[in-house]
Amino acid sequence: MGVVNWISSNLDRIVDLTISHVWLTLIPTIIGLVLALPLGWWAHRWGRGYAAIVGTAGLLYTIPSLALFIILPVILGTKILDPVNIIVALTLYTLALLVRVVADGLSSVPHDTVAAAEAMGYRSWQRLLLVELPVAVPVIAAGLRVAVVSNVSIVTMAALLGIPQLGSLFTQGFQLRLYVPLITGVVLCVVLAVIFDGLIIWGNKLLTPWRQRTVTS
Amino acid sequence: MNIFGWFTDPTNWTSSDGIPTQIGYHLLYSGIALLVALAIGVPLGIVIGYTGRGEALVAGFANALRALPSLGLLVLLFLIISPVVSGNLVFVLPTIVVLVLLAVPPILTGTYAGIQNADPDAVGAARGMGFSKRQILLLVQLPCALPLMISGVRSSTLQIVSTATIAAYLGLQGLGRFILDGRAQADFAEMAGGAILVAALALLLEFGFAGLGRLIVSPGLRRVAAKSTSPVATTVPTTVTA
Repeated sequence: MGVVNWISSNLDRIVDLTISHVWLTLIPTIIGLVLALPLGWWAHRWGRGYAAIVGTAGLLYTIPSLALFIILPVILGTKILDPVNIIVALTLYTLALLVRVVADGLSSVPHDTVAAAEAMGYRSWQRLLLVELPVAVPVIAAGLRVAVVSNVSIVTMAALLGIPQLGSLFTQGFQLRLYVPLITGVVLCVVLAVIFDGLIIWGNKLLTPWRQRTVTS
Repeated sequence: MNIFGWFTDPTNWTSSDGIPTQIGYHLLYSGIALLVALAIGVPLGIVIGYTGRGEALVAGFANALRALPSLGLLVLLFLIISPVVSGNLVFVLPTIVVLVLLAVPPILTGTYAGIQNADPDAVGAARGMGFSKRQILLLVQLPCALPLMISGVRSSTLQIVSTATIAAYLGLQGLGRFILDGRAQADFAEMAGGAILVAALALLLEFGFAGLGRLIVSPGLRRVAAKSTSPVATTVPTTVTA
């Protein structure tokens, strides 16, 4: 069967799998980021908390994803095929990666900048939201890029359990010994990764307009 | 759904494809892949660290690899070599190649970053004492690079051990067998048992590497590392994709 033939006759399924893949990647990335911001701030402010949080995050990150997909149902009481397991697992990975990035990003804000904000009469929450967080955006964006690209690829492991997303095309390719579904899946995964990566780069530029001048000089 | 029952069932420990056997296979595949990755990554890392060339290429390669799903890569390699290679090798070869591909970048990065970040004062002092370039590399730069190298090898090992689970998908042995066989027979206890074993193995190795670092890194370097409060990441971030 020709390439175009296979793709056109399976187009609906490919679109469905791609949409599932996008959700399974984006939801955990966004929740992970939202949770990492306060937790990372806390780790940055409280020295002993940093060691505890970064240590726990590191251990969490060592647990293989396929194992986590299976252990989570035991803890959450969900069914093994429930996509919620994938979302929770990837949220944990994203959080584990970003909490350290956020803490390090906030710590990388130059002392002079913080002092200047203080001298201008900023309250501590104003300083955090209006000065420290914006200055830390490039560091956080760099971490977010790693997280989202890894997530696109980790989601595919769920195909081994039978949860539909682009990884299902890999298992189909193996079962039928066919290149076309396999390559379609791999290419779409890479395309998704490149798109998400590009969106974060674009968002970073949008959020840090003051950096353009220094970058181009 | 009795996970405890699965772990305490003696046949799961004594049968020819029981827990000890599968841990053995898992470590065998992982060990082979790690040795090959070390044989490629360390010398290449030394060359890059010493000459300062090729960094961008390595970074690009590592980033591209992160976007490539390892399961897809495994099946792709299998489809490519299946008409050419026969026997068990048709399953073993793709597995080892995928594991090596994932393991080389952290080792490479750890090695060259370690050499480049070696304390310039120590390198200068060695030069002043009349060390040759080779002596500086072997006696000063490499020992100084050890913490970052170990961190890279740690990342690689964890990556290998977690990804080796999917070797079972092609039909190979290893701890992934329990997960996939359990899935096929709707035996959740077996699946969970396999998952817990893989997670425990990964955590055990993580602690093992922490101990190893304490054992072989020069005490002088450790004091410096403990004193510095710089938040700059000294470890290569681990990305577990399996």
